Amino acid sequence: MIPLWMYLIVAAAVFAIGVYGVLARRNAVAILMSVELMLSAVNINLVAFWRYLTPQNMSGQVFAAFVFVVAAAEAAVGLAIVISIYRSRRSVVVEDVNLLKG
Amino acid sequence: MLEFNPQLIVFFLFAILTLGGALGVVTNRNLIHGAIYLIISLFGGAGLFVLLSAPFLAAVQVLVYIGAIAILIIFAVMLTRSMTSMRELYNRQWWISAVVAVLLFGLLVLGVIGPVWVADEEASQPVSDLVATTQDLGVALVDGNQYVLPFEIASLLLTAAMIGAIVIAREDD
Repeated sequence: MIPLWMYLIVAAAVFAIGVYGVLARRNAVAILMSVELMLSAVNINLVAFWRYLTPQNMSGQVFAAFVFVVAAAEAAVGLAIVISIYRSRRSVVVEDVNLLKG
Repeated sequence: MLEFNPQLIVFFLFAILTLGGALGVVTNRNLIHGAIYLIISLFGGAGLFVLLSAPFLAAVQVLVYIGAIAILIIFAVMLTRSMTSMRELYNRQWWISAVVAVLLFGLLVLGVIGPVWVADEEASQPVSDLVATTQDLGVALVDGNQYVLPFEIASLLLTAAMIGAIVIAREDD
């Protein structure tokens, strides 16, 4: 089979790309998409370690399933907040949302 | 060391889909295109799940991530008209962010993947060819000795998040 490190390299690269997107993008929806990328990379990691180290113990797949649940909840609440901010400020640029800035 | 087999070709195909889609998400100015790249990337991840003999998670990836989350993001883009209002793509700290991302990738490769990488050929293969099936996953999720409590809490979390999302996004008059 394919060695484990190849999956880990792909997952680490996707996670790093997601981190870059979260830190550098200005659009709130793009930031949420980058967060989804990071969660998906974590899932690839979890399932790869499950397959190669404990293929008969279900904990790896169960954790990946819970990551799916949390990702769905995060996307729903995050996009609701983005729509709510857009309604009150007419903008989705995160730098325009600076009410708490000192 | 690596013999050239169909599995490797399929792996590289899905890895390229995953990585290329991810790059498209962070570099694309048009958010609708970005969402389509996100779908491509998640589809590549589903293919990797199939290669890792987790077909149920691959189906969930396609149904939940592509079918629900990506479509939700496209709806949010349309509702906020955010693809036309962007002046610049990145904020002022984009180069610091790039350095941080590259450093993080290097740290992950050196610290986590390095020890697995230098290990001998034997150690980077699965410990067993016997793999738990989807049925085992279903049993584990409802077995009183395993994951039934986290499973119920997860469903409670989803319910709370959906109600919260409706309350937040509702137009208050």
